[in-house]
This record gives sequence, structure tokens and C-alpha cells, in this order.
Amino acid sequence: MQYIMMKNVVLRNGIVYDPLNNVNGERKDLFIHEGRLVEKMDERKAKVIDLKGKVVMPSGVDIHSHFAGGKVNMGRLLRPEDSMGHEVSKTGLLRSGSGFSLPTTHLTGYLYARMGYTLANEPAVPPMKSRHTHEEFNETPMLDKSGLLLLGNNHQVIEYVAEEDQESLNSWISYMLNATKTYGVKAVNPGGVFAWGWNKYINSLDDEVPCYNVTPKEIISGLIQGCATLRLPHPLHIHLNNLGNPGNYETTLESMRMGPMHITHAQFSSYGGDSWKDFCSEAEKVAKEVNRRAEITVDMGQVVFGETTTITADAPFEYHLSQLTGMKWSNADVENESGGGVTPYTYRKSSGVNAVQWAIGLELALHVKDPWRVYLTTDHPNAAPFIYYPRIIAWLMDKRYRDKVLGECHRWALERTTLPSLDRELSLEEIVVMTRAGPAKRLDLRASLSIGDEANLAVYDISPEETEGEKIEEAFSSAAYTIKNGDIVVKDGRVVREINGRTFWVKTRTEKDIKEDILERFRYYTIEPENYIVESAYIRNGVELDTK
Amino acid sequence: MKHRNVVCCVCGAVCDDIEVGLVGGEIKVKNACALGRARFQELTNEDRIKEPLVGGVHVDWDQALDKAAKILKNAEHPLIFIGSVTSTETMRQGIRIAEYLGGVVDSHPTLCEGPMIMGIQEAGMPSSTLGEVRNRADLVVFWGANPLQSHLRHLSRYSLFPEGRFRKGGRRDRKLVVVDPRKTKTAEIADLHVQVDPNKDYELMSAVMAILKGNDVGGDVAGVGRETIYELADLMKNCEFGAVFIGLGLASSLGKYRNLERLMKLVRDLNRFTRFVIIPNLGHGNVSGFIQAMTSASGYPFGVDYSRGYPRYNPGEYTTVDLLRRGEVDAMLIVAADLVAHMPRDVVRFMKGIPIVSVNVSQCPTALFSDVVLPGVVAGMESSGTIYRLDNVPLPLKKFVEPPFSFTESDEDTLRQLFDRLRC
Repeated sequence: MQYIMMKNVVLRNGIVYDPLNNVNGERKDLFIHEGRLVEKMDERKAKVIDLKGKVVMPSGVDIHSHFAGGKVNMGRLLRPEDSMGHEVSKTGLLRSGSGFSLPTTHLTGYLYARMGYTLANEPAVPPMKSRHTHEEFNETPMLDKSGLLLLGNNHQVIEYVAEEDQESLNSWISYMLNATKTYGVKAVNPGGVFAWGWNKYINSLDDEVPCYNVTPKEIISGLIQGCATLRLPHPLHIHLNNLGNPGNYETTLESMRMGPMHITHAQFSSYGGDSWKDFCSEAEKVAKEVNRRAEITVDMGQVVFGETTTITADAPFEYHLSQLTGMKWSNADVENESGGGVTPYTYRKSSGVNAVQWAIGLELALHVKDPWRVYLTTDHPNAAPFIYYPRIIAWLMDKRYRDKVLGECHRWALERTTLPSLDRELSLEEIVVMTRAGPAKRLDLRASLSIGDEANLAVYDISPEETEGEKIEEAFSSAAYTIKNGDIVVKDGRVVREINGRTFWVKTRTEKDIKEDILERFRYYTIEPENYIVESAYIRNGVELDTK
Repeated sequence: MKHRNVVCCVCGAVCDDIEVGLVGGEIKVKNACALGRARFQELTNEDRIKEPLVGGVHVDWDQALDKAAKILKNAEHPLIFIGSVTSTETMRQGIRIAEYLGGVVDSHPTLCEGPMIMGIQEAGMPSSTLGEVRNRADLVVFWGANPLQSHLRHLSRYSLFPEGRFRKGGRRDRKLVVVDPRKTKTAEIADLHVQVDPNKDYELMSAVMAILKGNDVGGDVAGVGRETIYELADLMKNCEFGAVFIGLGLASSLGKYRNLERLMKLVRDLNRFTRFVIIPNLGHGNVSGFIQAMTSASGYPFGVDYSRGYPRYNPGEYTTVDLLRRGEVDAMLIVAADLVAHMPRDVVRFMKGIPIVSVNVSQCPTALFSDVVLPGVVAGMESSGTIYRLDNVPLPLKKFVEPPFSFTESDEDTLRQLFDRLRC
């Protein structure tokens, strides 16, 4: 009873932002009864909080963050130096932890909650290691979680595509999602990671994938169709081919024409020029194409200067980056399925390339007209750790604030990008869309303050009229309150209650039974099909979403 | 009753195709190697500990837990040692206890594989899962590793003999190279045995690296003839997909983690010419699981000190043997490991003088040394959980028989109950 009482809260006088319900900065009282928003309630049985002068919005949703699983932990293992000096003590309430760009599991949950975030989508789950991702999900408090399954280099997928057997491909995708308890499909450099297994490279959508007579284009098409047929809540989530290479924006434009997809960390895929010497931004062209195509969404992958760790399933990319920098490098190819690499990287203002990269992320966010289709991310931790989201919000809302950085950058940022000419400053409402309502909608989850919704919301100590970047950054760094399912979990930027979030996955069904075929295809795995499956009991607070 | 696809947790190869039949009091095991078969007989071990002991006397479970909690609570600097033949869930619970008490937590890497892990921290490890080797590799190198006596099914199940997706001929499609000062069982079946001088691996690796960089190696290095070194470099450079498996021969010989760092850098260089991976043949069952659990909880892989409330790591300072040798520990909790049987003599002598709580399945020197013995539950037979294979592939440990007592369900449960007492 006492616990339920704690989930009863009245929030008075807050300035409310709830884009899904077209509420844009209205002074409103909100009532939370047993974890959900209600019309009205008996205030004597609730905790009443006066939020005068503060803004209230749904809690943050991160659509793309590498925060849990095998590759992330490979990064933590590779980099004790990322932990040293970034340790956090246990308290009577909270666990200890460490890490700057790769915080440990509990710390990850606390840091997100402090910023007012309560949901994170881990976008790179290697099927065979999905149990590892779930184990870390179980250990990451404060957040609801979901994982996307890496299928773009899955040998079985490629074989079905080669056989032009879409029906079996759909069944295979369905089998994999159900076996691994994941939420959607991710493709990373489709065909390219497989090819690198033979030390070969894929440079365009029409290159032939070695050993199989198929192209990345065909793999992408097959996966897009699979996602649609299975009625997945999220479309194909794609890390494009040619990522990180000068001139890759053409691949990006070409990929967009293939159908509904979410293009992740588009910053890394909006490059012009033929080499690093004439490297430049083509963010405007990419954004224009996004504006034209309603079925496309992107997230930023915004660079923040400083040292970070890069981790991606695009194993050849990591290898090349480590060759470029000479930094240490770990790699983890996964049989029949995927790859992965880790290497540290430092983005420098004095580097022309880095300065252009920094500008591109902002250009994308400012050139894309509809905030419902461009989401704030740093491809954590690849372009920067997620703890920098508040700074990026401030850059987007205050031109002066970002121009200050622009002024400190290598001149390429001025000469080879459109950022200096962009006067647009995003409104608080647009930020709320980009960081919560928008990504949640794209994941087919809810981030709204409708009556009946779960009370997942964040309160920031900031005036809706605030235009000063410094103050915006400070306010978003430390939520006045974060409320998760009615529990006050953060107060004044401090975690005051540890809770376990949920893990979402989809349940899909298909017509064609490929059981025999699945067993046949397991011939080249080194584990048994039975042991491949992650049981739902393994998952703490699991929520199965039936796509029927 | 027959149980199929049971996961074995004796060694790091973690075979998951074991068949276990329970007929009357007898246990019949299929597919497992000699080591695995012996492990499954643990269920009928006559030396099985079925009742808690305090000071060698049978007591009830609550009394034993109370005593254990008292010992640990009274300690200023306790050491929690979690063995590898248990689930990661048990390990996480052990880590939690160490954090709560402000003690140190450690596991088998501190004794065996630690230098491999430190090599990764220096250079990075370009690696893959075992199936990638099986499907693609046409060159397999065992360096300081002897799988025919350590991981008995390694060659037949993963690395040398089996048919792969792109290596239909199995053994016929692969070359086997062994680098080892001894003529081991594995060396006997190798296509090339490079008999390096003991403690000279670093020099040999450097020579191969020099050749890859286009430099000339003038003469013999590390007791290996110039021609053989060139042959080795050629094989490595010109294969389509190569894998080098590393063993304790490197981690425990002169140079220690520098050997591993060197070899990882060599493999990195090889990727300029072809695809090459390096995989540590981790010895005990769930060593990899401990490294994963410890790293995700603290950022550090083993030997983690929580005395300041936050994790600290410095091998040699916060690692088991060093702490015990310096007498810095005033109580121990040992879970699923027979530490006393494997420690240096002066360390064992010190351990005799401090209170020890242990969780053990059967009688062993550690149990005899312990002030409190809590009966262990056999992971993967009597309790479920997670285990990681040496290539970091997670697998489910599955319960198929009940433990012979009702006071605990698993070692994880035991540690949870202990933790609850520590907190009250």
C-alpha cells in the first residue's frame, strides 16, 4: 500500500510539453495514480509537487545507443583507462560503477535517468550473443530497453535472398526475432561485413557479395519487405554501406529510394568529396531527400569533440579506423552472422575532417524540416558519449552557443559546410519531439502525457523562454524530476530510487514453416539450436508485443 | 531419463551437445570427453557435501549462514574468490557482496589467464567465435597451447577436423601449426611444429613481425631456424583465413602479458594481408563469464578492490596471491573453487590463520580449511544459469536434477541468502 501511495503524484503548475497531444507549453496540473496519468485524483492521497517555473515533458527516448552487450563489454575490457578517473562510489542506495564513454551497467542506468531519459534502444544485437545483451539489460536499472537484431550479414538471410525466397526469408527473420527476444531488424553495412571475412570490400550497393550471387541492394530489399510482412513496430534500422567514407552521400541517397527505413547516425553517411583532402559536407542534400520522403527517418550521430570509444558491428570500419589512428583494436566476428570491432578515437577541433563531421550532425538536424523525422543521438559512444545530449540540445536551440564552437574549429567547418549560414534555432517543442515523442513514435512506443498513459516524464528547471545555451545545457543535464511509471526516481539531478525497467520484444508469426530448414542451417553453427534460444524467463520484466 | 543438449562447464570449450542419462543411481554420458564425463559423475560423488559445517561439525543451514555472515561482517578487508565452474549469476552475486563489504573480488584469471586479459588491454584482441574458424579457417596455429590435453574436443568439434561452411574437406582443407617448446600431443599431428626455445616466444613473434614488415631476419631466432621462421611467416601471410589459439604456455612463461600483447599486434599486422584472428583457449569452464560479469559491473576484468566504495584494479596489488602473500586479507569467501589445492605454500599457510567461508560441492582441501562450509549446488545439473564459452558465446546452464537438499536452489541463491543476512 505504501508503495502504491508513492506512485500517486500531483504535479502542479508545470509548463507542459506533450507534442503527441499538441500541448505546447501550457500551464497544467498532471495527476498520476498508481503509475498512470489520470484526469483527476484525491490530492490528499498523493504527493503534491509544485513545479512553478519548470517545464514538464515525456521522459527521454534514445533510439540508438550502444549501451549493453558483447561489443560494449569488449570495449570496457579493452579500455581500463576509460574507467580510471571515472569511478563512482556506491551509496546506501546505489551501486558503484565506472566509465566515461562506456559506463558500466548500473551507472548507465543512473546517468540516463539523471538526464530525464527512461528508454534506450540497443541497436546491435548479434543473434548468437543476444543472451549476453539480455544479461546486461537485466543489470541496467532505471531504463526500459529494447534490442535490434543484426541481420544484414547473416548467412542465412543472404542465402534466402540469393534463392529469391522471400517467404522463407520472412520466416527466418521471424524465427530469429522470437529466438533472441529482440524488437526489430538492424542491418550494418549489409554484405560488407561478410565480405571482410574474406578480406574483401563492398563499396557500393551493387557490388557483388563474395560466395553468393547477391548485392547489398537485394539484401536491403529483402529485409525491408520482411519487416513490412511481419508488421514489425520499427522499420529496417540501417547503418548504411560505405559508412565513414568520403563521397558516401550518394550511397545514402540511393539507399533512401529503396523503401521505408530508419537511417541511423546519418552524420557518418553524409560525406562529400573524393578523398580526405577534399572531404566536405553533403548534409543539405541528404536532408533534402529526407524532407522529400515521408517513409524515411534519420538520427543525427552528432560528434562532440573529445575522446571516446568507437564500437560497431561494421568490423571492417573499425579495422580501418585503427589503422588510421594506430590505436589499439579489438574485433569479434560472429559465425554465420555478424562482426564487431572496437577502437578508441579522439575528435579534435583542430582536425578539418572532425570539424566537418561535427557540423554535419547539426546541419542535418537543422535542414530536416520535420522534427518527427530526425532524432537526437550521438550513436553512443561512437560520435560521443550520451552524457553530451544536453550540450547538443543547447547547440540546436542557441545559434550563438554553437557558433562559439564553430569559431574554435578548423576552418573547414566554415568553408565546407552550411552550418555558418544556418540561423534556425529549434524551439523547446521541437526538442521534445526530437528527443522523446518522435523516436518513441518511430519505435511504435508511446512518449506522451495522455490520460491513461504510463507516467514516464521528466521535469527540467528551465523557463520555456530560455534561449541561453549554457543554461539550457545545465537544465537538461540534471532533471529536476524523472518519473518512471509513477515512481519519482530522480530529484534535482540525483537518483533517489533504483528501479528495474522492462525489456520489450516482439512476437511474430509467419505462414511458412521452415523448421527443417532451420535445423539444416544450424549445421554450421557451433551451438545447438535448442541452446540458441533465449527463454522469456531469462529476461527481467520482459514485455512481449504481439504483432498479430 | 535422458537429457539432450546439456551444456558442459568443465573447460572453456563449453560443449553444448552432451547427452546425460540417469538410470537408477547410474549416470550415462554421451558425447562428452573424459574430463566432461568425470564432471557429470559429480552427482553421485561419495564425498559430496550435503550438510553445512561449522568448525567441522554439522549444523543447520541458518546457523551456518549466520556464522558465515558474522565472519564476513567482522572482516575489515575480506577477499571473495569466485571459481569458474559456476554461473555468471553466482558471480554477479559474489561481486555484489564484495562491493557491499568493501572487499576484494577475484577469480581464476588471477591465477591463469590474467596475462592474456592484460595483453588485450595493451593491444586489443582481433578475435572471432569458434564457428568462424570452423567455417572459414585454412590455417590453425596453436601457440603455447595443447588442446589435445586441455580442451579435448577443441580440434574435433571446432578448430581442425570438422566440416565448415567454406571448408567442406575439414582437416584436409586446413594446415595445423603448433608453436611449442615441447613435442606435445597436438604437435605430433601438426603439419609444422615450430619448436621454439622455452621463454623465447616474444623473440620469435618479433621475428615474424619483422618479416611481415619486409625486413630480413639474418639467422636463427629463439632456437628456430631462419627457414622455418620464413615458412611460418609465409603460411600466416598467405592463408585465406587464419586463427591462432593461445594457451598458458604464453601467459605463464617469461614475458607474461607482453607475449600476448606482441602476438595480438602480430595478428593485427596480419590483417593487412589477409584475415586473421586470435582466440585465447581459456581453461576453466566459465572464466570468460567471470571476465564479462566483472567488467560489465566494474569496468575491470578481475582482481577488483572495493575498499574505497568504488572499483579499483591493479594486477599485482589487488590480486589474490599478492594480497594473501602480503597478509592483507582478514577473511575469505571462496565459492566453487578449491583454492587451497592450487596456492603457493606460504599463501596456504597464511590462509590457515584467517577465517574462511566456502561454498563447495564436495570434500576438498579448501573445505577442510574452512570455518564454515556451505554445501554447493552443481551448476548445469542441479541449477540453471549462464555460462560463457572461451570465445564469449553465452550458453544456458540447465537444471535437470534436484539438489540433494532443500535449503538452497543454487550457489547464486546461497550467496543471495548470505547477502540478505549481511545487510540486516
